[in-house]
Amino acid sequence: MTAPAILPVRGPGDRFTALIWRQPRVLLALMLGPPLIWLGVVYLGALIALLWQSFYSIDEFSGLVVPEFTLKTYAELLRPQNFDIFLRTVSMAALVSLASGVLAFPIAYFAARHARGRWKAAFYLGVMLPLWSSYLVKVYAWKLILAKEGIVTWAAEATHTTAALEGLLALPAIGGNSLSTSYIGTFLVFVYVWMPYMILPMQAALERVPTSMLEAAADLGATRGQIFRTVILPLALPGIIAGSIFTFSLTLGDYIIPQIIGTSKTFIGMAVYQFQGTAGNVPLAAAFAMIPIVIMLIYLAIARRMGAFDAL
Amino acid sequence: MLSDRASPGLKLAAGAGLAFLHLPILLIFLYAFTTEEKSYAFPPPGLTTQWFGIAWNREDIWPPLILSLQVAAIATVLALILGTLAAGAMARSRFFGQNQIALLLILPIALPGVVTGIALRSAFSMLDIPYSTWTIILGHATFCIVIVFNNAVARMRRLSGAILEASADLGANAFQTFRHILLPNLGTALLAGGMLAFALSFDEVIVTTFTAGQQSTLPIWMLEELVRPHQRPVTNVVAIVVFLVTVIPILLAYRLTIRGTEIAGGGK
Repeated sequence: MTAPAILPVRGPGDRFTALIWRQPRVLLALMLGPPLIWLGVVYLGALIALLWQSFYSIDEFSGLVVPEFTLKTYAELLRPQNFDIFLRTVSMAALVSLASGVLAFPIAYFAARHARGRWKAAFYLGVMLPLWSSYLVKVYAWKLILAKEGIVTWAAEATHTTAALEGLLALPAIGGNSLSTSYIGTFLVFVYVWMPYMILPMQAALERVPTSMLEAAADLGATRGQIFRTVILPLALPGIIAGSIFTFSLTLGDYIIPQIIGTSKTFIGMAVYQFQGTAGNVPLAAAFAMIPIVIMLIYLAIARRMGAFDAL
Repeated sequence: MLSDRASPGLKLAAGAGLAFLHLPILLIFLYAFTTEEKSYAFPPPGLTTQWFGIAWNREDIWPPLILSLQVAAIATVLALILGTLAAGAMARSRFFGQNQIALLLILPIALPGVVTGIALRSAFSMLDIPYSTWTIILGHATFCIVIVFNNAVARMRRLSGAILEASADLGANAFQTFRHILLPNLGTALLAGGMLAFALSFDEVIVTTFTAGQQSTLPIWMLEELVRPHQRPVTNVVAIVVFLVTVIPILLAYRLTIRGTEIAGGGK
């Protein structure tokens, strides 16, 4: 006797299997439903609530939120003191992205082209650990380093370069009383904290640059500098842009680093935090929060056009 | 001829870059043993281990630590469920709106944390939801989903569809295939994703400051100490604890996925 070609149904589990086998869309809907509901309701819902609030305004006398549609709050963003916050944050984000790119390049290039076997693993861990390890601990470490009585001052004394350090701090606008209360300090910590995000996409892009192309360029008589400028850089550009998405976005929204290290001048993230908290001006905080959203959406659109998403 | 050897300049720049990434963290370990309490003087005037005992007996540290562990654990479980489901849907099928859903999944980490934070806060206040442990978890789970998703979807794409069909041909129903075929193959990827999500949640401070109300997680406790320091070496001890609680899961996640083609932690 031969077994039947179709096995008998053993219970609800089998009936369910038959259903999703015949109607794959049912399975798709069942799997997609919960995460979509979560992100759609919790996250998108919250973003819409934020957008909504940014069109409200605050009554200047009572300090209460007026729930009426208006563009008044957005107009406030253009006031000089608010526009300064915008300029300060965006130029810091641009400088941090640029510096991260320059510092990250040798690491990414070495890891992509020269490191093999154990060294490759060591480089990978060497980038991944600082990337994932505690954000606050990293910021805290820099507070220790940059403090007036800290290791930088000590190192400057030990190497007799105190004059150079003081000269740096005496610079107008970016200097300050000590490194931990100057723009230089804020900049250093931003670069330190976000640079690992630049290395990994950059390395991935560099790994995809074919060695044969570099050899061809060299055979045709290009110098190292020419190979770098005309072959490596254009081919690695999508990876660099992909990395800059992170460094730019993360600097744009950070409010802890400029609060702990730097001149207590306001950045966009701090403005959002202060206006919704102590000032109680939620509409203005919401309008401020729209700035990084809009900038990042434009940035992402440009990055997509330049092929940066393939490098992620 | 282009040489395959790295030039000394490149080696130096790469080495210096890596040193720049690692030395600051090592300094925290040194400062936890300093005898100097009032400043960050370097070099430390003396070394002592007393701060570990003092930190252990400080009663204001334990509740934030326990809260952080609770939040990270529950957020990780939620992210594991939702992230795996999303990965299952996105890995094999093609459907309308797939690109938009992919964007929705990465949005919570692509947009700055302060945006996620204030968005959730304004939603809570509009709906009159009181701040609690659950509002913290809600925020954390939202940005942890994509971490699990990234790990799970990479593994699923690599997994041959033939073994699932073979399992069905041999008479297994969907649950049996999931239990005996899919889960063992996904296991390490999910574990790695879960550990990264745990590390991310345990350490998160920006979104948490908006969703926490009166409660303190350990990072919030640390942030307060950073703004208004008292007994600095105790903060150093806590910093070491936070560092280890985040780094150990990351190293484990790395070990779990080292043999695969995709390695955990490639993107945060």
